[in-house]
Amino acid sequence: MTKGYTWRISLIVIFIIASFVYLTPTLMTTLPSWWSGVLPKDKIHLGLDLQGGTHLVMEVETQKAVEGSLDLIATDLEDVLTEQTLRFKRIGRLGGDKVQVTMYDRGSADAAQALIKKKYPDLEFLPIFDEGGFVNLQLRINEKEAQVRKDRAVAQALETIRNRIDQFGVSEPIIQREGINNIVVQLPGIKDPKRAIELIGKTARLEFKLVDESVNAATASTTGLPEDDELLFEKRTDPATGAVSETPIVVKKKAIITGDLLTDAQIRIDSQYNQPYVAIDFNSTGARLFDQVTAANVGKRFAIVLDNNVYSAPVIRERISGGSAQISGSFTEKEAADLAIVLRAGSLPAPVKILQNVTVGPSLGKESIQKGLMAGLIGVALVIIFMGIYYKLSGMVANLGMVLNILFLMGALAALGATLTLPGIAAIVLLVGISVDANVLIFERIREELRLGKTPHAALDAGYDKAFLTIMDSHVTALITAAVLFQFGTGPVKGFAVSLSLGIIINLFTSLVATKVLFDAFLDRVHVKRLSI
Amino acid sequence: MELLRKTNIDFIGMRKISFVISGIVALIGIIGIIQIGRGAANMGIDFSGGTSMQLKFAQPVTTEAARNALSKGGVKEVELQEITDGNQLLVKMQKSTAQSADNVQAILKQGLPANPFTVESSTEIGPSIGEKLKQDTLVAVALSMLGIILYIAWRFDFKFGVAAVVATMHDVLAIIAVFYVMDKEVNILLITAVLTIAGYSLTDTVVVFDRIRENMHKSLKDPLSVVFNRSINEVLSRTIITSVTTFMAAISLFLFGGEVIHDFAFALVVGVLVATYSSVFVASPIVALWEKSPVETKAA
Repeated sequence: MTKGYTWRISLIVIFIIASFVYLTPTLMTTLPSWWSGVLPKDKIHLGLDLQGGTHLVMEVETQKAVEGSLDLIATDLEDVLTEQTLRFKRIGRLGGDKVQVTMYDRGSADAAQALIKKKYPDLEFLPIFDEGGFVNLQLRINEKEAQVRKDRAVAQALETIRNRIDQFGVSEPIIQREGINNIVVQLPGIKDPKRAIELIGKTARLEFKLVDESVNAATASTTGLPEDDELLFEKRTDPATGAVSETPIVVKKKAIITGDLLTDAQIRIDSQYNQPYVAIDFNSTGARLFDQVTAANVGKRFAIVLDNNVYSAPVIRERISGGSAQISGSFTEKEAADLAIVLRAGSLPAPVKILQNVTVGPSLGKESIQKGLMAGLIGVALVIIFMGIYYKLSGMVANLGMVLNILFLMGALAALGATLTLPGIAAIVLLVGISVDANVLIFERIREELRLGKTPHAALDAGYDKAFLTIMDSHVTALITAAVLFQFGTGPVKGFAVSLSLGIIINLFTSLVATKVLFDAFLDRVHVKRLSI
Repeated sequence: MELLRKTNIDFIGMRKISFVISGIVALIGIIGIIQIGRGAANMGIDFSGGTSMQLKFAQPVTTEAARNALSKGGVKEVELQEITDGNQLLVKMQKSTAQSADNVQAILKQGLPANPFTVESSTEIGPSIGEKLKQDTLVAVALSMLGIILYIAWRFDFKFGVAAVVATMHDVLAIIAVFYVMDKEVNILLITAVLTIAGYSLTDTVVVFDRIRENMHKSLKDPLSVVFNRSINEVLSRTIITSVTTFMAAISLFLFGGEVIHDFAFALVVGVLVATYSSVFVASPIVALWEKSPVETKAA
């Protein structure tokens, strides 16, 4: 074992240099200009618990997406059958997986079935049956097709949310799918979490619906309405008192124009009243539809509905053919700006529900870092002093190994672009204790060998050799639990597992190679009679 | 420097006392686990679902004043806890009675108009997440235990594997017993601490087992209990030194690491102590007992 420590020393030196190189972007706020492309730019990220921010887990209500697409099919079938002059009584969604078409006679039902089969080959047809003098035709979306739609809904929601966050402006957000229906969003360092959550979670289904003036909205209840009408409310907030008033409005259920026909939405300020509004532009289909509808309904009211809330219901004064419109309501400038963002980014295919919302303020994060570092420094200092006293010079070698251990671990964390959480800092502190353990094992062995009367060098070699298997065993078992924690943990716990498992692996190297080579190099050059241990 | 030179303590002979102590602790731990399973312990909202927040007030605030303000606003079932430094208040609500964090903050703002606060942190967790976390935790614990049994069974033999796991379970139960008796919160950080200690305890146990195995090969004539005692005594100073250094690190986390990881560090401190005890007084006696009949082991 006297030979071959050149490569061991060079390995250690290489690791030290590499650690410092990888740590540079973390330690320096601005990199020097000569820090070029080859050199690493990744740094240790701070977890939300350390820098503040918001962690959201959202569930996409995918069943609603399936229902939505069935509604679309129903609307489309109305158009198709009308075009083919097949008379029907009613077409609508039935439950969560069916569309029912009610027709007057068997013949037209058969004709309709043939037609629908051609247009929607994926739908299943249930046997036609008679009921109360009408003929019912039911189509069902099968399990697999429904699953495909659900899956697509989550993927779309993810894209839309990403879009909204990008436009809102958050640095280094994390937006990812988790499990089947969930989306995880992390917004580090965000100042106004409430606003962000509203922005992200809004379904933003924009619809233009005609107001049904034949029904008195003030006395209408949901039950007594004509079948193709619905009762919605227009909410207005008084800017002076903050009081909210609700005005009922009865509208046609069928939306004439929807938000997916938009090309742009921008916030503008009304020069006359100094009120913010959102200016929207339609694409060519939308513009044509808007032109037709406004031309046919001059004098009637057109309700602008967002997520079943009426924003405003202005009277159509004249035909509007430019393909643009405006949404005004009683909102603040911020609300108008956010509305423009969600309209631009598009609506969510289904509503989302917030399952988990963890928000940490920036000051708590700062305090956590300070206290974590403080605790770490004190822990390290205690251990260093103890080892120095107990094992003298050899203890200092162990201390050097421990410091190397921490340095390598930080370097590895930076190289991997890992996230440091408060439990992660705790893991590093804990590692300080574990790190010296390997050396304690070795030193105790060496002392035993010395007591048997071996020379320093022989005792040293025997100590390292005999302790080797024990150290391997203890590290592997510790690694098993760390790996399981990594697999199952989220957020802070994952950070803990990352620091711990990396630390354990690195510790194997520092305790078995790094400290040994120091001893070897020393004993080879200096002739010692007694080992300082 | 040396704390212990040549010790000759009859650890195996003390097993009657140690088994009684460990049995009682483990029993309390099992009761604690049953209560946790029933949701009757002090559950963190990450498992039970609910709302919690940490508020920092401008002036000192009493839980009384906060409770009054909240109950006026219709929030009745709420746990409040003062944090000693910096006028802070922890507000916790279980899922059944939970209101949204925004609501509670608005009510407090209205009820304590003279004492403005900032939100240090707030957490809202739906019950489905808690359920999933519970399942994941059970799987994680089961998997790591299985992995450990397999590894030790492969490196030593089956008896050692079982004894190591019993000792590890003992430590897990002991930490839970302490948390249950002190009515401290059971949350994901506690589970993390418990699994960490499981790994640490195992390390300790493995070191002792290693020496036992080595000595069993060396001296085939001596009775087992003598070999076991000699092995434990030989590694005793290592066991204590390692515990001391790890304990130093854990205690500095506990004392200086701040509010967020206070309980986590506490679990580590308890765990280090218990793990040291169990590797000496629980794991090895089990193997000794199993290998030879009780009469012979007593002869030492």
